[in-house]
This record gives sequence, structure tokens and C-alpha cells, in this order.
Amino acid sequence: MSGWTRVSNLNNPPDAASGRLPPGGAPAADGLSPIRAGTREEGAAVSLSLSPSRRAWQRFRRNRLGFSSLVLFCALVLVSLLAEVVSNDRPLLLKYEGNYYFPIVTVYPEKTFGGDFETATDYLDPFIRNKLSGGSNWVIYAPNPYGPKTLNYFAKEPNPSRPTRANLLGTDDRGRDLLAQLIYGFRVSVLFALALTLTGVVLGVLSGALQGYFGGKVDLAFQRFMEVWGSMPELYLLIIFSAVFAPSIALLLVLLSLFGWLGLSDYVRAEFLRNRQLDYVRAARAMGLSPWQIIIRHVLPNSMTPVVTFLPFRMSAAILALTSLDFLGLGVPPGTPSLGELLSQGKNNIDAWWISLSTFTVLVTTLLLLTFMGDALRDALDPRKADR
Amino acid sequence: MSAPKLLDVKGLRVSFAGKEVVRGIDFSLAAGEKLALVGESGSGKTVTALSLLGLVQGAQTSGRAVFWGVQDKLNDLNNAQGDAQADLLALSERDLRAVRGRDIAMIFQEPMTALNPLFSVGNQIAEVLQLKEGLSPTQAHQAAVALLADTGIAEAERRSHSFPHQLSGGQRQRAMIAMALACQPQLLLADEPTTALDVSLRSQILDLLSALQQKNGMAVLLITHDLNLVRRFADRIAVMENGFIVEQGRVAEVFANPQHPYTRKLMDSRPVRDVTEAFSSAASAPVMQSQNLRVSYPVPISGFRGWFKKGEFVAVKSASFSLFKGRTLGVIGESGSGKSTLALAVLGLHPSQGALQLAGKTWSRDATNNKAIRRAVQVVFQDPFSSLSPRMTIEEIVGEGLRVHQPELSVEQRHQRVVKALEDVGMTETQFPRLLQRYPHEFSGGQRQRIAIARALMVEPDLLVLDEPTSALDVTVQKQVLELLQRLQRERGLSYLLITHDVDVIRAMAHDVLVMQAGEVLESGTVDAVLLSPKHPYTQLLVRQTS
Repeated sequence: MSGWTRVSNLNNPPDAASGRLPPGGAPAADGLSPIRAGTREEGAAVSLSLSPSRRAWQRFRRNRLGFSSLVLFCALVLVSLLAEVVSNDRPLLLKYEGNYYFPIVTVYPEKTFGGDFETATDYLDPFIRNKLSGGSNWVIYAPNPYGPKTLNYFAKEPNPSRPTRANLLGTDDRGRDLLAQLIYGFRVSVLFALALTLTGVVLGVLSGALQGYFGGKVDLAFQRFMEVWGSMPELYLLIIFSAVFAPSIALLLVLLSLFGWLGLSDYVRAEFLRNRQLDYVRAARAMGLSPWQIIIRHVLPNSMTPVVTFLPFRMSAAILALTSLDFLGLGVPPGTPSLGELLSQGKNNIDAWWISLSTFTVLVTTLLLLTFMGDALRDALDPRKADR
Repeated sequence: MSAPKLLDVKGLRVSFAGKEVVRGIDFSLAAGEKLALVGESGSGKTVTALSLLGLVQGAQTSGRAVFWGVQDKLNDLNNAQGDAQADLLALSERDLRAVRGRDIAMIFQEPMTALNPLFSVGNQIAEVLQLKEGLSPTQAHQAAVALLADTGIAEAERRSHSFPHQLSGGQRQRAMIAMALACQPQLLLADEPTTALDVSLRSQILDLLSALQQKNGMAVLLITHDLNLVRRFADRIAVMENGFIVEQGRVAEVFANPQHPYTRKLMDSRPVRDVTEAFSSAASAPVMQSQNLRVSYPVPISGFRGWFKKGEFVAVKSASFSLFKGRTLGVIGESGSGKSTLALAVLGLHPSQGALQLAGKTWSRDATNNKAIRRAVQVVFQDPFSSLSPRMTIEEIVGEGLRVHQPELSVEQRHQRVVKALEDVGMTETQFPRLLQRYPHEFSGGQRQRIAIARALMVEPDLLVLDEPTSALDVTVQKQVLELLQRLQRERGLSYLLITHDVDVIRAMAHDVLVMQAGEVLESGTVDAVLLSPKHPYTQLLVRQTS
């Protein structure tokens, strides 16, 4: 994701006008043949004074499918980040007997609102609802008044309940609202995928850079290590570890990160091997730069193309990995909203079509958006299409 | 004109996605005539030739190109008389396929990529014969061997079983020619046929083409940027600039009396010597001095022994030279002669044995010592497209040396120095608004080379290693870059180590010369001694090529 922010930070309109060549703009110093100046001018209209990554970003924006996928995906992520406001069993704000309460941030015992118990208020209880809406009292519920763990005790149909006015997408087999589950599950998936991608990119770039730039024995040793490492059975390790430790998202992240960098590392290594023997790197060596300076200032920026291209694909792979592990029951701890767990519920309750259908739709939409973004990004960064 | 017309091109236009590359050109070729199409890169000369055979993809072509040499009936020939006349631009793809190779053949610049690496050359030639002449495999193979023998390949039978990578560059180009001539075409399109070859091979290939051309009576359209080649080979010349033919005529007449200013500029683009002859006395210490410099690469040994030890390829066997302030040492040799390895060794980018002193110091493992040498020795590489990092701005590229060697400078001071250095190489903000914020892709080859020179001069070196600084540039740009280098040398007393394969460049720039071949120094001395009275036969050959 680092690539995304990097690219999108540059998204201010290019100040091309002031940098444009003068009309007839043959750069005169070399007495170029006009034909070459001509080509340059045409390219200049869109791309003068733009860095290569900015030009790639502009090419990306020109891809309608890819760009709208990016916008839609970002919007979805944004909504899911605000999930507590969008879907919550605790009202956002209420006024009760002249006092204002913020149940979304504070837990109030039921007694506050005239109930009988010291326990936290269940705002979906018809009794409480009555209390809160009577007289001058009012309450603002979240658009979807259920949290991810809220059980709808007052549903009119048996669980899993089909879509009703109360539960727009129905409930799962424990009576939890499906829409809330999907919103929170999507958030868990995306955040997990982001974290996994980030660690994978950092580790992969680091190891690829070391191997590619130093080459020789470093490369040889690292490659053999990676072969051994890569041949460890990932799934068995996960099963073993989920038996030994209490399952948690952090553990899952660590385990998947241990293997997530292998593929990327090879691409970065190849890019480094290619770039390090180019003349500008030689010139930098002749200039007296240290290896680290050369790696960071010269080789790395020119080797990031495969990394950026693969980001969306890696994200979608990570989401899929988490979903499959949850489906198998090896993933997030029970009770965490998760798309994979919903899918497995859908499998177990095959007649409750709303569970599998809605989960499937969310999953497919997410993966499709990421794939469209990846395709557009790949086209935008393709050197053969560079000057279209 | 005595000979019958073979090809008549009228109003040929080729454009790619609305951009015209060839803008309406007329020329004609008589049977057996040798026409040279001359121009700089981007002038449209290659596209012209390719469009005649319908080989340019995604281009819109218009105009007429009537060809009288069609040997066999075409399927949908538009004239009923069948007098073997056809408009090449109007032919269907299927008819064009029949014409290609049989009536009009083509040879390309780079034989390594033009031959299929998975088939033996004999196989590839025989394939042409089988397809076009309908010979049986055995006949075709025999004919292929005979063709290879015709092109002067020794042991043609054995060589016909060789794969392209097993042949030398010259042999590959000969095999390409044999393939092109397999069906005795009426017209041969030769696209820079000798550019990828070493100088010593060029004249051989050219003589071969001449001989075969006379023997078969075919016409040749030679596409080249090399005027020496044109003078020696062609009957007529057509000069292309910017998609137009600006001048055409008989070679002798055009060379004697060029009419168009562009032609005159091309003729005039041979580099001129303008250097201070005796800048320094031998009394001062040399900038660079070397005794028995030896550079080698490790190469893997095949078999079990290779597990434990590496072989050695000696790229430079024993080079001794010295270079004084304000002078240029030219190193000349063909590819594989070790001249670029020599440059890497001088730059300390490759380990070397023997004595090598740079500004009184030698390369060592001591970083501070090396840093001092790095400041004193800088480099300009051949390929202007890979020598500047594409993701850095011009200011970052040129100012980089200062960040390393004078980190105490403020941002503003560094900025001033960068502007000054770019002015010194002839690039200013007035020509290129916002020059410092631009990226390398916005500049042409010659401009990039200027930027590379500015980067090298930034740290005020004593010695500049120039590794083929102009061989990727067009001739007119080459002249300007060489003039810039000469001016900088006069003004600053720089010393140059100039690596090149071009005798003209040596003649214009060098004070002393080192002639290298296969890692050996064949001959060395002052430029006059070496070029005016060469002793070694190889040097004599080199000098004869370009006189």
C-alpha cells in the first residue's frame, strides 16, 4: 500500500504549462533534427516535467475501469473504517429526561434509562426502546442498528432468519445481523491484507535488494536459504501452531508474513540484478557513493515497478488466504467477524441462501476491484506502453 | 538512363497514429543500381525500406511504389498484361509474401537477432529455398552450402550446421546475406548492414556485397548513416531529413557539390581537430600512469574441476601508458579488445594487477584514499539512455557528486554550482525552462550526454574517462559533443582517457594513442606517429578504412 500513497500523493495537477517547451520547441543545443523535436513535443503536451511515477499515475487514471475500481474500493474501505458509526447496536446519541448520552462511546447501565439491572443497556430491547422514545426523549440509532456480535433476541423468525425489515440481509445461525457481520468482516479482511502486504513488501524488497545488489556469494547463500524456507509446508505449520497457541490475528499475521515475502523477493532481486549493471549505477559508483546510498537513491526507485504492480494482486491473495483459513476454522479466533466464517456457515446452512449469496457477493466484488486495479496498474507501468 | 527501371516510388507517405514519419518522397532505382538512402536516426529511412515490403506494423501508407521485378504471376495482379509490374503498396498481404525474399530481399543491422537462434544457419537458408523455389530438402541444403561458400565463409559445409551463436559477427552477417540472396532477388534492401560490425569487417562485407551485386545484377538500396560507406559503395545517393528527401543525385556529384544545407551539414560533420597540442611538459607529474596493467575476469570452468576453482579470462594483458595534464590518451580497438575493461580498471570499478597511479595514488581498500581518487577521476559512458537514472531530476543527477564530496555545501550553494555546470556544457534555463526539475527522458541523446558530462565535471576532476562518448549519437551531434569536450579541455586543462572504435574521433581528439586488440596493446605513440605511419598491420587496416 505504500506504493499507493506514494503515487496518490503526487496527484496534484501537473504544472506542465509553465514547463512546456517554447513553440516549435526544438531544444536547440544539439541542433536536433526537427523530427525528433516533433516527437518530443507531442509527448510533452501531456508529460513534460513529470517524473516517471507521475506519468504512470496519469496513465493509470486514464484507465476508466481501474481508476473507478480504486475509487470504489477506497470508498468501501472508508465506510468499513467507520463501521462503528454505520453499524452498531449502541445508538450514536440520545436524549433522556433532559440529559444527553453518547452510548457509542460510553457504556451506561440499564438503570440509567429506567431499567431494572446494573448491566449494560440492550438498546434493542423493546422495553428500553419505549423508554427512550417516550415523551421528550429521542434517540439516534446507527443506520444499521446491530454490531458484529449483537444477537437479535427479538427477531420474529427463527435463526437463521431470512432478510426482513429488521435485518436487511437476514441473520446468521446464531441470530447475528448479516450486514453488520459483512461490514466488520470486510474491514478485518482488508486491514489484515494491508498489514500482510506491507510486511511482505518490506521483507521482500529488503532481501531482494541484498541479493540482487551484492550478487555472488550473498545471492547464492540467500537463494538456497529461500529454497529451503519456501519448501516448508505452510498449511501444516498453521495447523500445528493453531493447535499449540491460542489463535489470534497477530499470530496469523506473523505466520503468513514468514512466507509472504518469498515471491516478491525474486522479482526485486531480478530488477536489482538488471539495474545494478546499468551505466547510471556505474557512474554513481565512480562518483564514490556507498553501496547503501546507491541502493536507496539509484537502484531501489528504479526497481519498484514489480512491487507496485503486484500490490493489488498481493492484497487480493492475502484476503483470499485469510478467508480460506477462516473457512477451515484455522483463522481468526471465534467470534471475530470474518468472511470465511460466514462462508462456512453458508455451507452448513445451505438452505439459508442469503448467507452464502451476500458473503459471496462481497468477496467477489472485493477481489474483482483489486484485480481491475492490478490490471490497470500493470498497464500503466508497462514500459512498452510508456508513451501512449 | 540506360538500364530499365526497377522500382519507382512516388509520393510515399508513412504515418503512425496520425504522425507522419515519411512525408511524400519520390525516388527510383534502375536494375543493377546501388542507391544509398542517407540520414540521421529518426529521418525515416528505415521505415521507407520496411514499408516497401509492408513490414511496418500499425502504419498508414499511401503513395505508389511500382516494381518491375516480379518474377512470377501474382494472384490478384491488378494489370492483366502480366508484365511483372506491381504496385508494392497496393498488393495484398498474400502477394507481398510472395514478393518478399523472392523478388525483394532484406538484410538487417543486427545479424544476431535477425537469425533464429534455434536453427542452424544452413537450415534457415534451406528453408527459404524450399519455400520459395520448391526444392527438395537435399537440394536445398546443397544450394545453401553453395550460397554460404559464395559469401566467403570458409568450410561452408561444416559451417552450415552451425548455430548463429557459434559464428562470429562477420560470419553471421555473411550468412544473412546468403539467406537474402538465396532466391536471386532483383532488389536487395540493406538496412545498415555493417553498423554492428567491427571496422575491420566492414569493408569485407561491403566488398562482398559489391561483388555479389555485380554477379547477380541486382539493385541495392543501402540504408546507412555512414558517408564513408556511401562513397565507397553507392552509385547514387538520396539524403533524407525529417521524412523528406532533400537531395538526390550521383554520389560523386553530391559529394563534390552538395546543394542542400542539410547535406552540407552532414558532409561537414566529420570531427575537426581543435586541441591544444603541447599543454604540459613531461617535467610535471603525470595524471595517470600505469605499468603492465593486467585485468582479468573469473570464468567458470566446466566439469568437476569447476567446483573448486575458477578459470580466468584476461581482458587486458599488459598495458603501460602515462597521461599528462591537458592531454588526451586515445584507446582504439574493436569490440572485445579490452578497451572498456581498461576504462573500468582505471575507474577502480574492476580489480586490476600491476601498477596504476592516479594523481599519485593507487586504488586500495582504504575508503578515504579511494574517495580522493574518485573525485579526481570521473567518467562519461557510451549509452546516454542508461547513464542517467530515469527517476531523478537533472538537479539531483548533476548535484550528486557534490553531496558526496562536498557535503558541507548548502542547498543554495549546490544549486548555484549545478546551474553553473550545466551552463558550462551549453544547457541553460533560457533554452529549457525549468531545466533542473526535468527528468532525463525529456532530453535527446546529445543533451543527455551533455548532462552526463556536467555530472562528471561537477566534482572538478583531473581526469575524465570517456567510454565511447559519441558512438551512440548521430554524426552532427557527435561533432558538437566532441567540440564541447575539446573546449572544456582547453579551458580547464582536463586530461581525457578516450575509449573509442572510431579513428576519426581519435584523429580529432587524441594526443597519444594506444591500439588494442584481444587484450594486447599492439601499438602506442603520439597520434601522428601512429596514424600517419602505422606499423602494425591491424593499425594500418584501421587507418586505411577511414582515410
